[in-house]
Amino acid sequence: MHEMSIAMSIVDAVAAKAGEEHAQKVNGIELEVGKLSGVEIESLRFCFSAVAKNTIVEGADLAVREVQPLGECSECGRRFPMSFHYAKCDSCGSFKTDLLSGRELSIKSITIE
Amino acid sequence: MCDTCGCSSGDGAVIYKPGDASFHVHVGDGGHGHHHDHVSHAHEHAHSRQVVFEQDVLLRNNLLAERNRGYFEARNVLAINFLSSPGSGKTSLLEKTIPLIKDDHPVSVIEGDQQTTRDAERIQALNVPVLQVNTGTGCHLDALMINKAVREMNLADNSLLCIENVGNLVCPALFDLGEAMKVVVISVTEGDDKPLKYPTMFHEAEVCILNKTDLLPYVPFDAAKCRQNAMMVNHHLEWFELSAATEEGVDVWIKWLKSKLKED
Repeated sequence: MHEMSIAMSIVDAVAAKAGEEHAQKVNGIELEVGKLSGVEIESLRFCFSAVAKNTIVEGADLAVREVQPLGECSECGRRFPMSFHYAKCDSCGSFKTDLLSGRELSIKSITIE
Repeated sequence: MCDTCGCSSGDGAVIYKPGDASFHVHVGDGGHGHHHDHVSHAHEHAHSRQVVFEQDVLLRNNLLAERNRGYFEARNVLAINFLSSPGSGKTSLLEKTIPLIKDDHPVSVIEGDQQTTRDAERIQALNVPVLQVNTGTGCHLDALMINKAVREMNLADNSLLCIENVGNLVCPALFDLGEAMKVVVISVTEGDDKPLKYPTMFHEAEVCILNKTDLLPYVPFDAAKCRQNAMMVNHHLEWFELSAATEEGVDVWIKWLKSKLKED
């Protein structure tokens, strides 16, 4: 259940930023989560609402933008969307593919008042 | 509440030294401090506004991991993070590996488990420095736990540091500890499709060790298929097959590990 640690990291980072900005309240948090980041978004939401209680972040809306992973074939160099950590290159059929993106896990912005 | 010193440990991790009942270090809040006390400001912010942030969620862990990594590099310590499901044989592998390394290179060990110092006691029997991190309810080691443990260890220069993570093929994959490499261990009593079912871990690892190969005649496990599955997920993986119980194949792993220690 690493989503709990991740939810705690989000609450800590956002609360610190909101403090810097002299915010009274955090209304929303925009997250970018790669589909192969290893984070279950529903678990993260569940943990977030629990962890955010009694903090300035309580009740903030968690807007998650999922990032479609992009792979590159190390044999022929073709770039293509990947759904798993393993994929057959749709051009040459090789499994020697590397993930270029899709493991993102970042806070993009917060909405405060 | 800690029953020895009375400090409030909550669910935070605690570091123990086997054979020294009075020694323990609270990792603190595990790097997850909370902010409950917010001072209200006099300014009125009637309208909400957006503040662009652009910060990695695991920034704090990753920064600390890089500090650990810098320390290891400066001291020429090869730090290896051993990962697997519970029961794949990480501790048994260390028990066979350490005696074959320690005459040439000093070895230290950090053991991670939710509870007990049992693994640390097994390693202590090998006469190498060892600390046990009990994560409490935590499912993985993080960079702060390693940072705190290393501060208590006085690591030797030009040495090997083995970090045995909590037995879990999911969560530890996301938390950089500052190690030079991740070694994932699977055993033939598991499924040969495990790399496909838990791809994040196999994707993050540099090395995969298939353990308990002495049991291959008795279980429906296809080692070639398992290797193929692992390579599909991560074609950069170094692959070893061995039995920590019978020591078959351990020599190949040790030879490779020694070559990595010489590179440093």
